[in-house]
Amino acid sequence: MSTTPRPDAGRGAGPPSGSSGRPGKGVLARLTDRIPVRIRRVSLPYLLIIPAILLELLIHLVPMVIGIGMSFLKLTQFFLRNWSAAPSAGLSNYQVAVDFDSAVGSSLLHSFLITIVFTVLTVALSWFLGTMGAVLMQGAFRGRGLLRALFLVPYALPVYAGVITWSFMLQRDSGLVNHILVQLHLADDSDRPFWLIGDNSFISLIVVCVWRTWPFAFLVLMAGLQNISGDLYEASAIDGAGWWRQLRSITLPLLRPVNQVVVLVLFLWTFNDFNTPYVLFGKSAPEQADLISIHIYQSSFVTWNFGSGSAMSVLLLLFLLVVTTVYLVATSRRRSDA
Amino acid sequence: MREPRWLPWARWIGLGFLGLFTLTPIYVMVTSAIKPLSDVQGDFHWIPTTISLRPFVDIWQTIPLARYFGNSLIVASIASVASVTVAIFAAYAISRFRFPGRRIFSITVLSTQMFPGILFLLPLFMIFVNLSNVIGIDLYGSLTGLIITYLTFSLPFSIWMLVGYFDSIPVALDEAAQVDGSGPIGALIRVVIPAAMPGIVAVTVYAFMTAWGEVLFASVMTDDSTRTLAVGLQGYATQNDVYWNQVMAASLVVSVPVVAGFLLLQRFLVQGLTAGAVK
Repeated sequence: MSTTPRPDAGRGAGPPSGSSGRPGKGVLARLTDRIPVRIRRVSLPYLLIIPAILLELLIHLVPMVIGIGMSFLKLTQFFLRNWSAAPSAGLSNYQVAVDFDSAVGSSLLHSFLITIVFTVLTVALSWFLGTMGAVLMQGAFRGRGLLRALFLVPYALPVYAGVITWSFMLQRDSGLVNHILVQLHLADDSDRPFWLIGDNSFISLIVVCVWRTWPFAFLVLMAGLQNISGDLYEASAIDGAGWWRQLRSITLPLLRPVNQVVVLVLFLWTFNDFNTPYVLFGKSAPEQADLISIHIYQSSFVTWNFGSGSAMSVLLLLFLLVVTTVYLVATSRRRSDA
Repeated sequence: MREPRWLPWARWIGLGFLGLFTLTPIYVMVTSAIKPLSDVQGDFHWIPTTISLRPFVDIWQTIPLARYFGNSLIVASIASVASVTVAIFAAYAISRFRFPGRRIFSITVLSTQMFPGILFLLPLFMIFVNLSNVIGIDLYGSLTGLIITYLTFSLPFSIWMLVGYFDSIPVALDEAAQVDGSGPIGALIRVVIPAAMPGIVAVTVYAFMTAWGEVLFASVMTDDSTRTLAVGLQGYATQNDVYWNQVMAASLVVSVPVVAGFLLLQRFLVQGLTAGAVK
C-alpha cells in the first residue's frame, strides 16, 4: 500500500488548472480547479477526508469519551434524562466490576470466562471447517460454483432470519434436532433434552455461531489458496511429494499470513457478537451462555445501571486492545523471521 | 496437484457434511414456511404433509410487517449510501495521497472496527435521550437516530474496503486523466469511480446487508413506530404461541432480497473482503 506513488508525484506544475470551462466536467472538479494548484495539492487530501473525520468524531470519538465519562458516574434510571445531575461514582463502578467477591464482579468474571471459552471453540471450529472446505474445493469439479455459492448463504442471511430458524430447530417438542435424536434413539421421546436453557445452551450457541462464521473463513481461505502458485505443487509432485505432504509443506505454511488475519477477525467478531445470543435466547441468556456483550446489555438496559455498564464496556475495550496488540506484534515478528 | 485415489471420496464426504450442516436450516425455513400452524407445532416432519401458502398471507396481518420492512429499507438504504459516499472521498485520499496524519486516520478507522457495538450503544443512547432535553432534537426512537448509529459500523468498513478497491486500480489511469486536463477530483470522478464501480456497488450492498441484519442498536434505539425487521419479527411470538410457520415465512421474505443481492455480487464482495487479508 505504501509504495503506491502519488498521481502527481514528480510533476513540477501539477495538472493544468486553467481548464475550468471544459464541457463534461463535474461541478466539484470545476470548483476545486479554481483553487491555486499549490494550496490544492497540500489541502486536497484533507478536504477529502473532512466529512469522514467529522462523522468519525460524531459516531465514534465523542461517544467513546462520553462513555468513559459515564463509567465514573452513578448513572441509574433516575438520571437518564438529566445525566449531569448524576453523582460521581469515582472508581466504584470499576472496583465493583473487578471485585470478584461481589455479585456484580463474580457474574462479570463468569460471563467473561464463558465468552473466552466460547470464542476459542467457535473460532477453532470455524477455522477448521473453513480450511477443510477450501482445501476440498481445490481443483475443478462439477458443481463447484454452485456449492461455493450455497456455502455462502448463512453468511448472507440476516442474523435474525438464520438464528431464529435455529431456535425453531432447537425447540424441545417441535424441533428438528430432538426429532433426529429421538429417531436415532439417542434421546428418549418422553424425556427430550432442552437446547435453549441449561448446560446445552452453550453447545447450541457454539453450533449456531459456527454455522454463521465458517463461511467467512472458507471464503478468505479459498482466496488465499488461489494465490498459491500451481508451480509449487507441480515441482513438489516431481520430487515425489504426495497429497498430505503438499498440504502440510506447501498449502498450510503459505496460508499462514491469511490465517493470521482470519483468526483475528473471527476472534473479534465472535467475542463481540451480540446478535446471535440475543436472537437465540432473548434479552437474558441462560447463565451457561451469558456472553459478555449480552451481560453488559442486560446490566445496562434491564437493570438500568449505565455507569456500571460503561465501566464494563471500558474494561472490555482495554482487554480487546491488549489482545489485538499482543497478537499483531507476535504475528508480525514471526512473519519477519520467516 | 496430484490427487490420491481416496481424495474424490473424501471430498464428497467432507463437502457433503458441510452442505448438510449449512443447508439444513435453509431447508427447515423453506419447508416450515409452507406448513399449517398445527403441523409446525407438533413433532417435526421433514416433508410437509399439507402445503399451505397461508403463512405468506398471514405474516402481513399478524404484525405490521410491511411497516417494519419499510423502516428497515429506509434505514439500511440511507445508512449504506451515506457511508459509501463519505467513504469514497476518504478512501481516495488514503489510496492516492501521502499526507501527514494519513496513518493515524487509517489506524483510527481500522481500530474502531474491532470495538464491540455495545461500547458505542450506551453513550449514543445517553446522547440521544439527552439531546431532546437540551436542544429539542428527538433522535431517540427516530429513524434518523438509528441511521446515525448504523454509521458506526458501515463507515469504517466502507472506507477499509474501498481503499482496497482503489489500490487495485492502476495509478497510471488517473495520471492519464490528469494529463488530459482533469484535476485529481476530475480523475476521481471520471476514472477512479467508474473503474471501481463494481466494488462500490458491492460495498454498498454489503453495508446494506449488515444494516438489514443488525439487532443490537435496533432493539434499543427504536420505538413502536420505527421498529425494524430485526426487532419486529419477535412479534410472531405471543404469550401462548409462537407462530413458527409465519416466523419462517417472514424470515424467508426478508432474506430473499439480501441473499439474492449477495449471491449476484459475491465475486466483487469476496474480492473486497479478501483483498486486505490476502495481500
